[in-house]
Amino acid sequence: MNEDQIVQLLILTLKGASPLIFAALGELIVEKSGVLNLGVEGMMLMGAVAGFIGAYEYGFVVGILFAVAAGVLMSLLFGVLTLSLVSNQVATGLALTIFGIGLSAFVGIPFEGKKLAGSIGMINIPLLADIPLFGPLLFKHDPLLYLSIVLFGLVTWFLYKTRGGLILRAVGESHDAAHALGYSVIKIRYIAVAFGGAMAGLGGAYLSLVLTPGWEQDMTAQRGWIALALVVFATWRPARVLVGAWLFGGLTILNLWAQSQGIGLPQQLLTALPFLATIVVLVLISRDAAMIRLNAPASLGKPFHPTS
Amino acid sequence: MQLATIVKGAAAAAVAVSLATAAQAEQLKVGFVYVSPIGDAGWTYQHDVGRKEMEKNLAGKVSTRYIEKVPEGPDSERIIRRLARSGHKLIFTTSFGYGPYTLRVAKKFPNTVFMHATGDKTAKNVGTYLARFYEGRYLTGVVAGKMTKSNNLGYVAAIPIPEVIRGINAFTMGVRSVNPKAQVRVIWTGSWFDPGKERQAAETLIAQGADILTQHVDSPATVQAAEAKGVYAIGYHSDMSKHGKKAHLTATVHNWGAYYTKIAKQVMAGKWKSGAYWGGIKDGIITLAPFGPAVPADVKTLVMEKQAAIAAGKLHPFQGPVKDQDGKVIVATGKVMSDHDMHGMNYYVEGIVSKLPKK
Repeated sequence: MNEDQIVQLLILTLKGASPLIFAALGELIVEKSGVLNLGVEGMMLMGAVAGFIGAYEYGFVVGILFAVAAGVLMSLLFGVLTLSLVSNQVATGLALTIFGIGLSAFVGIPFEGKKLAGSIGMINIPLLADIPLFGPLLFKHDPLLYLSIVLFGLVTWFLYKTRGGLILRAVGESHDAAHALGYSVIKIRYIAVAFGGAMAGLGGAYLSLVLTPGWEQDMTAQRGWIALALVVFATWRPARVLVGAWLFGGLTILNLWAQSQGIGLPQQLLTALPFLATIVVLVLISRDAAMIRLNAPASLGKPFHPTS
Repeated sequence: MQLATIVKGAAAAAVAVSLATAAQAEQLKVGFVYVSPIGDAGWTYQHDVGRKEMEKNLAGKVSTRYIEKVPEGPDSERIIRRLARSGHKLIFTTSFGYGPYTLRVAKKFPNTVFMHATGDKTAKNVGTYLARFYEGRYLTGVVAGKMTKSNNLGYVAAIPIPEVIRGINAFTMGVRSVNPKAQVRVIWTGSWFDPGKERQAAETLIAQGADILTQHVDSPATVQAAEAKGVYAIGYHSDMSKHGKKAHLTATVHNWGAYYTKIAKQVMAGKWKSGAYWGGIKDGIITLAPFGPAVPADVKTLVMEKQAAIAAGKLHPFQGPVKDQDGKVIVATGKVMSDHDMHGMNYYVEGIVSKLPKK
């Protein structure tokens, strides 16, 4: 394997990790506010189909806006049910996934097999993109991939460096205490849930606009669940979510590469390897039980009603 | 009083319904069970094309109904039974995993004919049918072997069952029949449908130098990847040229329409008999998609000649010498592989670089 091939495989890794980074960072904010939304897969699918419809009819910018809007609408549905009507979050999240699978398939029927005019394009950062090897790897990507990294920075900064982040974490830690301090728990959680929806929508759009341009039913192929698992195994730390997503993406590519090179391992093991290794690594880097308790939102999944 | 009226009304409606059914009694009701959504390409799509063709051929004589996305498991038994109970006298179950459930329902409906695609067990009222996909694979392999410049061919495959392995081997036999230097690399995605992973597998193969890709998965992601990266692709199941105008060289296409029409006619005439059908190029159940603009005339001629030879029974994709990856002779020179041996294929032939995943 020469350097060029390694760079190619690393670029594939970054692209494969992008949808996971979007969806997992969104879910991280949702969970940090104390809400467990298991509907990521459904929101991603709605984002994927809406993004494709928007891009097909009006171009890529509208497509991305459509994807965000679809994700937000789906998450607000979840918000109304769990936050305003205090329904069970686990059951509602599962229902949201099932609903998203069905609805996206239905609205997507006329768009199956349609092709986008052109591609989303690349942003080459001047000068830097011309550096051999590192140029293409770091400075020659599609706009959405850059956006996922920018959003990672913003989420980290917001959570740990701003007052807003502190309030969000307080709400997730103890909604009763936050409420007693005069913060509107429900409102803050609505905003967090909507952000999670927008990010899941973007993750879906990455699949239908960049990775495999086109709409096909169920095209997320369980990536929503992987994103959910990443958040937990990364113990609610954005940097670990990023590492986990890259690790998962990289091992998936490594598995594909090893197969075609004639390294004969059992098929089931090869397919399971990215999952196993990601879990093992994330468990190892966050094996301190006290730190897990510190990072895990204490009110996660617990219903809240201001009058109770 | 009101209740009585409703009951009477319902009874009248029921009579009307049964009269209507009697009027249509001449029509044969045909049911189809599909494993995936119909979509716009792929395995199920081609079965649905066949269903429509049969409906057209036998207009007025048959009515059809299909249920898509039926999982291969106990759930399928419920769906098959529902079709049988609602008067469908001919039912096609179009995926391997429906086998045990088709047989079980068939026992309870002895007057209904069941046809199980890719199945391996028949019964008095259950027939199986399969196409010799490998004949098409061999011919597309000839195209690939002639056209590759890097002598490096990529194959994206779903799950290592004999059916898929046979396709890979037949493709490789075709490639090596015209280009003994070319090698085939295989990547398994582990599922029938995951466009994202199929795309990654395709791009991994391209990064390793493959200049022609083919696939045995249910989405056209491989052809799209080839188009985007400027290499060639060969489709499967259906003509996938719309997903890669420049990239698409040809495809192995499944045509079920004529066969479905034949079976429906047999059932209507009361002449249907159970059996295991395995049709190929000579029966028209397998064809090649029109060649893409990149295929030169001499390659087209060669492939058409080989196609005619297969149809005439003069050429067999697995005719000796066939060697496995380790050089062990599987079929000696001058012999051809038996249908039985082809059914249980669980090894790669010479020319494939990758190793078959261990069980």
